[in-house]
Amino acid sequence: MTASADTMRGWLLSEQPASRMQARLGRAYASWQRFSANRLAVLGLAIILLLVFIAIFADQLAPHSPVVGDLQGSRLLPPSTEHWFGTDDLGRDILSRIIFGSRLTLFVVVLVAIIAAPVGLLIGTVAGYAGGWTDAILMRITDIFLAFPKLILALAFVAALGPGIENAVLAIAITSWPPYARIARAETLTVRNSDYIAAVKLMGASPLRIVVRHIMPLCISSLIVRVTLDMAGIILTAAGLGFLGLGAQPPLPEWGAMIASGRRFILDQWWVAAAPGGAILIVSLGFNLLGDGLRDALDPRGGEQ
Amino acid sequence: MIDSGAIRKKSASASALALGFARFLFIVAITYLGLLAVTFFIGRVIPIDPVLAIVGDRAPASVVAQTREELGLNLPYYQQFLLYVKGALHGDFGRSVLTTNPVMTDIRRVFPATVELATLGTLIGALVGVPLGVLAAVKRGSLVDQIVRIVGLIGYSVPIFWLGLLALLVFYAKLRWTAGPGRMDVVFEYTFTPITGFYLLDAVLQREWPAFRDIFAHIALPASLLGYFSLAYISRMTRSFMLNELAQEYIVAARAKGLSETRIIWRHALRNAAVPLVTVIALSYAGLLEGSVLTETVFAWPGLGLYITNSLQNADMNAVLGGTIIIGSVFIGINLLSDLLYNTLDPRTRAR
Repeated sequence: MTASADTMRGWLLSEQPASRMQARLGRAYASWQRFSANRLAVLGLAIILLLVFIAIFADQLAPHSPVVGDLQGSRLLPPSTEHWFGTDDLGRDILSRIIFGSRLTLFVVVLVAIIAAPVGLLIGTVAGYAGGWTDAILMRITDIFLAFPKLILALAFVAALGPGIENAVLAIAITSWPPYARIARAETLTVRNSDYIAAVKLMGASPLRIVVRHIMPLCISSLIVRVTLDMAGIILTAAGLGFLGLGAQPPLPEWGAMIASGRRFILDQWWVAAAPGGAILIVSLGFNLLGDGLRDALDPRGGEQ
Repeated sequence: MIDSGAIRKKSASASALALGFARFLFIVAITYLGLLAVTFFIGRVIPIDPVLAIVGDRAPASVVAQTREELGLNLPYYQQFLLYVKGALHGDFGRSVLTTNPVMTDIRRVFPATVELATLGTLIGALVGVPLGVLAAVKRGSLVDQIVRIVGLIGYSVPIFWLGLLALLVFYAKLRWTAGPGRMDVVFEYTFTPITGFYLLDAVLQREWPAFRDIFAHIALPASLLGYFSLAYISRMTRSFMLNELAQEYIVAARAKGLSETRIIWRHALRNAAVPLVTVIALSYAGLLEGSVLTETVFAWPGLGLYITNSLQNADMNAVLGGTIIIGSVFIGINLLSDLLYNTLDPRTRAR
């Protein structure tokens, strides 16, 4: 058993990989080793995996319904064995609402990442590869968006589009692509004059093909790190919008909106607001830890010493 | 002893400076125009009819048409935009539907409250955060370092409005250490006359000590909260800048010269780290101005953030966009100012 594990390890860390796959797996293994040596990063990963697990199996895990409560018998009950985190003003079990709320949180985070990261990647790589006027104009636009206060701008967008979780996602995505464009451009500038790009060009590849097939893949890893580090901010912004009544609308169990509804009872029934805030704190902490770990593992140069 | 070469050099650097300044102005203008374009887009092109927001959906068609004309909404978009830019440059953002005042009058009334809070918060953040960051860098891996790390991580991860609610619960409701929401008690509301709008300063100017005590009790909690967030950011950045400086060769040289460790850390390393730190502190100040939207809602602090959220809830788009532009302008201003400061403080970046 140990012998085969040892040969496996030797194969992965071989100095002369025999195939592309071996080289790739070896690189991934080395990154994983660096990552897993960081205990906090592993904790972050565990938190995020737990969040995903809870979101997938919310139906099975939640002891009560997240939207229907017992108005007569169980309003604003303190935490007990029946209701671990107590109940809210409509008699709904707070734990169940938090469990179902994890779906909304994941929904927001994933959707923002899916919208904002490719937009940033496209703008950054095109600006970096094309250079000249295209670069100047695209980067000026990026700078303009970068100079805006994110939350305020998202607020104004949601105010115009109307409240709702989809609009909140859109507003956050609109305000969060510029850093990705900057990163993608910086990465593009470092490779655009390299020999392999010249070789591809000689073989007759179109600029589109060069950007999409040969430059974008190189930007992905630093982009993933940055997106992960931004996730906590995205969650906090979404929760802030929810808190102001501009995100998910009732009866959706969005964590920020839950804090807002618990605000009225903060002095006497503090658990109504405290529990969802704790959930937000833990999840964004998880993303921050994971992001820090990924940065150190994937990009040993750029980390904080 | 001024020879011609030196003069030529001087005039060259002066023209470089002028060029830099022109570039700076150009960037300000373009960025500001971009801000106006985005807010214009939000306000006009996106489907929420400003006319209906003013007259309501039961107004007769003639009133709707007249209001539309008065607002200039029947003009083509580019003319509307030009009018909008012209208005914004004169500080005219239209009237608030909610208060019926010009938006700028409202903003002038509420903005000092936000600035007072953010300034105090940044002050706390810088005064505590910088020494903490320096200590963490000097004693790397020690308990202080771990604490700074944890404080920073939580600061980056906690929802500010939630922490504010809990702080109110603990320090106001349970322990009674601080006063509750608002800027001052109702008692002082009618006897206290603001001069500058910065109430702490006003109270000192008028020697109203009971009022000062009350105002301080009110601002202490939200300011500490904002201070914590700014501290989390500032201490983390200070640590990383200091680690960078302490690894430089001039530190070794200073040690070899026999300077005391205190002198090396605070006089040599920190002074060099101070240049990027100014930028960080400026950015954190801008961040607090923005973060005020949530904090002010929690603490019922009558500032710009609360004004914007109240207007939002009443579909008062003029007020929302006016507030957005003001915060955006301050944000842009601080960003550029910190760039400029960076250039003045760091001789290496000067007039290249």
